[in-house]
Amino acid sequence: MRRGIFRAAVLAAAAMLASTGLAKAKDLTLCWAAWDPANALVELSKDFTAQTGVNMKFEFVPWTSFADRFLNELNSGGHLCDLMIGDSQWIGGAAENRQYVKLNDFFDKNSIKMDDFIPATVVGYSEWPKNTPNYWALPAMGDVVAWTYRKDWFSRPELQAEFKAKYGWDLAPPTTFDQLKQIGEFFQGREIDGKKVYGASIYTERGSEGITMGAMDVLYSFGFKYENPDKPYDMQGFVNSAGAVKGLEFYKALYDCCTPPGSSNGYMTEGIDAFKSGQVAMQMNFTFTWPGFNTDANVGGDKTGYFVNPKGPDGEQFAQLGGQGISVVANSENKDEALQYIKWFAQSKVQANWWKLGGYSCLKSVVDDPGFVSSQPYAEAFLNSMAIVKDFWAEPSYATLLQQSQARFHDYVVAGQGTAKEALDGLLKDWTATFKEDGKL
Amino acid sequence: MTFEPRHPVADPSQKQTFRHRLSGLSDRTIAWIFVAPSIALLLAINIFPLIWTIRLSLTNFRTNRPYAPVKWVGLQNYRDVLSDVGVWHSMLATAHFLFWTLFFQVLIGFTLAYLINKKFRGNDLWTTIIVLPMMLSPAVVGNFWTFLYQPQIGLFNYFIAFFTGIDPSSFSMIGDVSLAPWAIVIVDTWMWTPFVMLICLAGLRAIPESIYEAAECDRASRWRQFWTITIPMVLPFLMLAVLFRGIENFKMFDLVVQLTGGGPGDTTQLTSINLKREAFEKWHTGYASAYAVILFVTVFGLASIYVKALNKVKDR
Repeated sequence: MRRGIFRAAVLAAAAMLASTGLAKAKDLTLCWAAWDPANALVELSKDFTAQTGVNMKFEFVPWTSFADRFLNELNSGGHLCDLMIGDSQWIGGAAENRQYVKLNDFFDKNSIKMDDFIPATVVGYSEWPKNTPNYWALPAMGDVVAWTYRKDWFSRPELQAEFKAKYGWDLAPPTTFDQLKQIGEFFQGREIDGKKVYGASIYTERGSEGITMGAMDVLYSFGFKYENPDKPYDMQGFVNSAGAVKGLEFYKALYDCCTPPGSSNGYMTEGIDAFKSGQVAMQMNFTFTWPGFNTDANVGGDKTGYFVNPKGPDGEQFAQLGGQGISVVANSENKDEALQYIKWFAQSKVQANWWKLGGYSCLKSVVDDPGFVSSQPYAEAFLNSMAIVKDFWAEPSYATLLQQSQARFHDYVVAGQGTAKEALDGLLKDWTATFKEDGKL
Repeated sequence: MTFEPRHPVADPSQKQTFRHRLSGLSDRTIAWIFVAPSIALLLAINIFPLIWTIRLSLTNFRTNRPYAPVKWVGLQNYRDVLSDVGVWHSMLATAHFLFWTLFFQVLIGFTLAYLINKKFRGNDLWTTIIVLPMMLSPAVVGNFWTFLYQPQIGLFNYFIAFFTGIDPSSFSMIGDVSLAPWAIVIVDTWMWTPFVMLICLAGLRAIPESIYEAAECDRASRWRQFWTITIPMVLPFLMLAVLFRGIENFKMFDLVVQLTGGGPGDTTQLTSINLKREAFEKWHTGYASAYAVILFVTVFGLASIYVKALNKVKDR
């Protein structure tokens, strides 16, 4: 009898150990930023767990410390993340430092074609070196800087009349930056429904990447270029071109004339707060914020409209790319399961579901679907914005390059030190030194 | 009848030998045995990282380039740090922050301690209320002061507007180049003055009543008692408070990052914020190591000189 009990206990213990081992092997940790799309991904991933039995764990970090936390994780060779939805600019460093798994063979084996995704997202989120067929990520979350506006305010007859009398054109979503500034000035300090409101909320954050994302979003359409298209890393006359100087001057003018008081250190969250609380008429922000506005109790439904980044003085029109690709971390001990997740995520029905839940799919079959544009009030603006994107450097030294632009832009735009020309000349000097240090110049 | 034990018993002579061996150790050896774990820990978490940092400061190592060759650059990083305008700018910002926070904290802290030391009703309650700010987390303090400084809804702006009549939304404490350095001084003073007050209070309560009684007998005025008894006897405590706050504020990071992020521009970019950006945002590991060593030597040197002065005051 005793022997029987002993045997049963041993068997039970073995079974428990085996099941624990099994569960451990089938746990995948996905690292990303803590924001609305991450919640949608948690919901979406339940289907993956149901299909494969692989349990998904999530490590989400707020945007302001996202890069700090996860770049530290990658650089220190940590084992926390199996899958990383890293920022688009990390791709160069992560590829060259072998922190991400190269996905070309895996894509070929599983018939995942990059031609099936929006071209800008493939270049922005997956390729390193850029414009070469070397893939380190699957485009996961399309995102771009664009604008929201208070449709209900814009449609008030008395405001429309006053605006037309003052500026000579109908109050409507701006198509040029000059128009945008005029609308900002028009609303600045105006009283609406007994409350003082302001023109626009723009990015000014100093610590991570805020002011660079905002300023670049304007500078591109004014003629700023990172480098000579014919000679890589040749930046003289491109970074500090006359157009770029005008663009930076414009950004400062917009900050000075049309933002709410105390907007000296604002990024995505501050923009969301300013818009949802009815403080501003227009708001610059990444498109990921749009589903949240659409369903918001204060500004949701017909109260909010969406528009693409306006044109610059010469008719050029670009927008700052956001968004990320999903990569397998080279240090992961669960690479097979991680690749299985990417394979599952790349399916068109999963991508369609991703869009429905609030994520921004980059798959052509989803965005080119005839019903896509009418599926959400912001779908068309998103699609048009994705067609005009440009991105910041994705070099291995991107973090240094970014900190240099953060300092130069904040010094000029917010602190009001020096001129736009001096800021861009200084930036050219900083970036040249960084590329020299990298041996690229 | 003999009794055989079922289990063997240890030989008493052997036990004695072990005890004998233990008791034969010298006091010095026993002391080393007790201290050894602490020393090992100290070496592992303090001395080794320091030596490693010094080693890194002499190379071009960058943490985000694990496969790049590491070159020995000698003192180049030190030269670069000392000739960097940005470094000197942040040193200046730190000096401003350090001087004014110490000035206000000592002044207000001592005044509060002097008042609290007087016996009055509700004395303990007021002490508890005054020390509340220092019990909060710096991140929390930084966060809620950003709301207090908010030009449209901030109580601080309304308070200033109430007394001056200016429009509360016409100035931004953390967005204005000339106001931001003072904004961080105000918050740190609000938070840490109670700490200085407590130390001063301990000093005031340590002064024997008999000294004041003797001074009364000698017909010394209150003013004279204050300058010849109170101040000299509290001075070592005040100096200690200055030392603690000085070291803390030299490495100030969390509160200021939460409040201003080092901005506007780099107006409030203190050395610790600048160092963090070099080390963990730009990934200039070698350069940042040299920077850290320079800061360490500066604080260590200044603190040593200060402690000597403190001891002299105590021994007077």
